[in-house]
Amino acid sequence: MGNRGELWEKRGSNQRHLSLTYPWDRFAIRGIPFITTLRKRYERLLLQKNCAPKREPWMTGETETPVGNVPTVGTILTSRDRRGALKVRFAIGRHDYTVDPGLYAIGSPTPASPVFVSANYKLSFDYLRCALDDTDGWVLVLDTQGINVWCAAGKGTFGTEEIVNRVSKTQLDQIVSHRKLIVPQLGTPGVSATEVAKQSGFRVLYGPVRAEDLPAFLAANFKATPAMRRVRFTLRDRIDVIPVELIIWFKQALGLAIALALLGGISRNGLSVDGTPRAFGLVFIGWLTGGAIVPMLLPRIPGRSFALKGLWAGLVLWAVLGTAKLMGPTNLIEGGWGLMLMAIVSFMALNFTGTSTYTSMSGVKKEMKIAIPLQLIAAIAGTLCIVLGGLK
Amino acid sequence: MKHLKNVATLKLDQEACTGCGLCVAVCPHEVFAIADNKAHIIDLDACMECGACAGNCPVTALSVKTGVGCASGILNGIFNGSGECSCDKGGCA
Repeated sequence: MGNRGELWEKRGSNQRHLSLTYPWDRFAIRGIPFITTLRKRYERLLLQKNCAPKREPWMTGETETPVGNVPTVGTILTSRDRRGALKVRFAIGRHDYTVDPGLYAIGSPTPASPVFVSANYKLSFDYLRCALDDTDGWVLVLDTQGINVWCAAGKGTFGTEEIVNRVSKTQLDQIVSHRKLIVPQLGTPGVSATEVAKQSGFRVLYGPVRAEDLPAFLAANFKATPAMRRVRFTLRDRIDVIPVELIIWFKQALGLAIALALLGGISRNGLSVDGTPRAFGLVFIGWLTGGAIVPMLLPRIPGRSFALKGLWAGLVLWAVLGTAKLMGPTNLIEGGWGLMLMAIVSFMALNFTGTSTYTSMSGVKKEMKIAIPLQLIAAIAGTLCIVLGGLK
Repeated sequence: MKHLKNVATLKLDQEACTGCGLCVAVCPHEVFAIADNKAHIIDLDACMECGACAGNCPVTALSVKTGVGCASGILNGIFNGSGECSCDKGGCA
């Protein structure tokens, strides 16, 4: 999406990944709309006519197979790929960051080369091809509707049915001589190895969680060590996923800040704006603490429940900001904001369960049964205190 | 890092188990171990109910109520009737 048009504009450092250029490409002068339009039209025509795979900047050429050519992909990420990854980490265009499903070649694969199964979320695909530098192999990209391997496996889109379907659509049995598929460990919830074998004739080998362990996995003759199979959730992992969580809740936080600024501003002499900076500041701090600080300090905060971890963080905030006299001129307003902060931070922390890699549905449901009503009570009581404090 | 204690719905029927070890291979949290040709649940609290073991067990000795441990997903399920995560596409992890 959009990538095709951009292809013609790119020049510079990653040009070696672009052997798919036309002879007249040298005349492509950026900014002449007529030429750009013509090119786009031509390419669309080409696509319709030959059903050729969509050209992407990360394709480096084509590999011949008995059933037609397969695009070869580069294993070195370009600045464009890194920019793309950064964008989706900040929730920009996250739903359209896709790769066309199908078969791709890495290096110079032969019929004996291994087949790696991946999702058509470009971030997943990029991690994989990047890890396969110096490897010759095939990548079978499933149609997971642009969703990463783990989430797609949970929904079943990365699963037995789509593997069988994609193996048959790509005529993989005529391209490779072996009958093995390397499926990432996180794809296992959607895949039944026995069913895949029964329906497609291919044997599923479960690989490591992280693509970066693939070279070691291959070197060990398709054996994943316990460490390779374990899902981690390191500080780095948590930092990677924090922005999306914050951005998802930004609108709600802004709405809450506006509502509380208005409600808290009602006084006997009409609407007052004295408390407005406080309302925006405190809601912002609560949003940031629950969405970023608690996730970062996750293993260090006592308790197993996420909501409880958030509650502790909210209490600390109340203590610190209250001591600094930043939570309101009267005890009533300060108490109101204290309750509000606890509710916000606890709720945001609870929501991080969905981003975390180790919570179960039973566990989260149990937490929510206790936490959600308490958070609601704290929020309502807090709002009442803030409103009454403003009226006094 | 572990979530709440004793909540996972994972059940192992040791009678049926053949000790093939596939559950050990597919589990992302090292919940199982093989001893005396049988699988054992050695860390129930680490189970995140992803269902990989139950789906792959060749003799259906494992059962688990699968689902995503995601608060907004569960809230969405209650209000919209869908079990989808709010961080839906490409998100979650």
